[in-house]
Amino acid sequence: MKADITPAVGKLRVFRRLMSRRSAVAAMLVLALVVIPCAAAPLFARYDPSAQPDIIALRSQPPSFAHPFGTDPFSRDVLSRVLYGGRVSLAVALIATLVSITFGTAYGAVAGFAGGAVESEMMRLLDALLSIPRLLLLIAVFAAWRQLPLPAFVLIVGFTGWYGLSRVVRGQVLALKGQDFVASARALGAGRARILMNHILPNVLTPVIVAAALGVGHVILLEAGLSYLGVGVQQPQPSWGNIIQDGSDQIARLWWISFFPGVAIVVTVMAFNILGDELREALEPRQTGAG
Amino acid sequence: MTGYLLRRIAQAVVVVVLVATIAFFLIHLAPGDPFAAAVENPNVSEGVRAHWRDAYGLDRPLPEQFVRYIASVTKGDLGWSFSLQRPVLDVLADALPHTLLLMSIALTASFALGIFLAITQVMKRGSATDRIISGVSLLFFSTPEFWLALMVIVLLAYRFPVFPIGGMVDPVTHSSLGPVFRIVDVARHTVLPALTLTLLFSAVVARYQRASLLDVLPSEYITTARAKGVPERVIVRRHALRNALLPVITLFGLAFPALLTGAVYVEKVFSWPGMGLVIVNSIDTRDYPLLMAAVIIGSILVTAGSLVADLLYRAFDPRLRHEG
Repeated sequence: MKADITPAVGKLRVFRRLMSRRSAVAAMLVLALVVIPCAAAPLFARYDPSAQPDIIALRSQPPSFAHPFGTDPFSRDVLSRVLYGGRVSLAVALIATLVSITFGTAYGAVAGFAGGAVESEMMRLLDALLSIPRLLLLIAVFAAWRQLPLPAFVLIVGFTGWYGLSRVVRGQVLALKGQDFVASARALGAGRARILMNHILPNVLTPVIVAAALGVGHVILLEAGLSYLGVGVQQPQPSWGNIIQDGSDQIARLWWISFFPGVAIVVTVMAFNILGDELREALEPRQTGAG
Repeated sequence: MTGYLLRRIAQAVVVVVLVATIAFFLIHLAPGDPFAAAVENPNVSEGVRAHWRDAYGLDRPLPEQFVRYIASVTKGDLGWSFSLQRPVLDVLADALPHTLLLMSIALTASFALGIFLAITQVMKRGSATDRIISGVSLLFFSTPEFWLALMVIVLLAYRFPVFPIGGMVDPVTHSSLGPVFRIVDVARHTVLPALTLTLLFSAVVARYQRASLLDVLPSEYITTARAKGVPERVIVRRHALRNALLPVITLFGLAFPALLTGAVYVEKVFSWPGMGLVIVNSIDTRDYPLLMAAVIIGSILVTAGSLVADLLYRAFDPRLRHEG
């Protein structure tokens, strides 16, 4: 166990270890195949996602060569909407996760490093925060605050998702605080801030990176759910969740509207989950037996 | 033990009050209110709106509203639902048993299926069976609840119309059915929502149980059993499972909030008349008292869940049984 915490995790070695695992490579490939077309949606989408080219002749068309994912009742091209919607869904998930891990790492590190009464109060607050039913609170808040601008939505989602990581980071920091390399840094006259920033934080990156990969997948699901309920990303801006919502009223007849964005979600979230698991393996090879 | 329990309950009460406070201000500080023209019928005159605000106390200063709300909640009154024109407590009391019915079926089925799958995987670890089950678990683990529910409806209610598309009873025939057929009617309506939740949650249980079994297997008592020539099947089922069940029992308590989340989506898609549907329906009407009650009850479930998890752990772990 102790061997894992020493500061010698070479970046290159981790990357090589990751690339030697087949499922990790597959997950990254899948992510590239989803993320690139979505990020560069204007280049890949053949239609304007909100254009309604022919509301009579082209409405609710099943998948065809011209419209591989079909069209919706407004004659909008579903593939183009999934690409543009993916851009929104992925951006929301990435930024919200960034907010969560930044705040969660800072909170956990400060709590673990401070120790004493400060730590126990901070952890007590964390226990309370962990008991918040996240989805219900978000539903209630977004139902009251209608039409929130997207950045505010992202911030609120991010600020309700850091509690779990904080606990992990605090545990790691506690374990690191007693290590020899921290003591020697202190003996050399390094201040508290310097020890925390330069010596301890780089070594808690493992759980943070893993949490980030898993977190992105989780937020994609959360955003999709909120948008499906009508309290997430607001129309006319497409997101994977609200495109599924578009098709759900006539799901029996117009299955393709909801089906394809759902597949995009499942594939992307699965890839992030695999990547998270594989990163954990690459960053801290099996601890079992190593003692 | 009693001291521990009392301390935990006191802690839980503080947490619930804190959550209620946060939710109250986040909700009530929002611009506009449930009677603003954008939400209610725009033809209603401003005078009538003012009257409504007065009747529900929404025109009072926020701190006063908060004190009044907390006071009424401590007396067991969760307020009056604007949109349903009924006491919130009555609305939830009607809906809760329906949610509990669905949850208990899904929970039982998920744990049975999840533990069974994990045992199968661990007995054949590294094999194709192990990898396929892991892959399928991960697939369901990565699937949005509401989308899976929609796909289940498309497949088993429309494409192959085996089961009803939603609701809990047949709205036309149910009242004229005999008692046995009423139960059959409810059972038929339960299949698809319960199936959706089971698919989602057994994946979580299987992943958790498999990891927990693999953690236990390198233990010395397992090596001892192996050295004595105990077959692998018996080792996994009898020796390893006993100890590997502990973390999964904890999962049982922690499952409360996850299942509540699942219920929100699954009840919405299947129009299942439970708490989740009540909550979703109160979004459009901005029914503050109902939304507040949902958050409060949700946080009670979360804290109760983690307390139950702790107690189960103590009850099942002989090492903790005799400690204070």
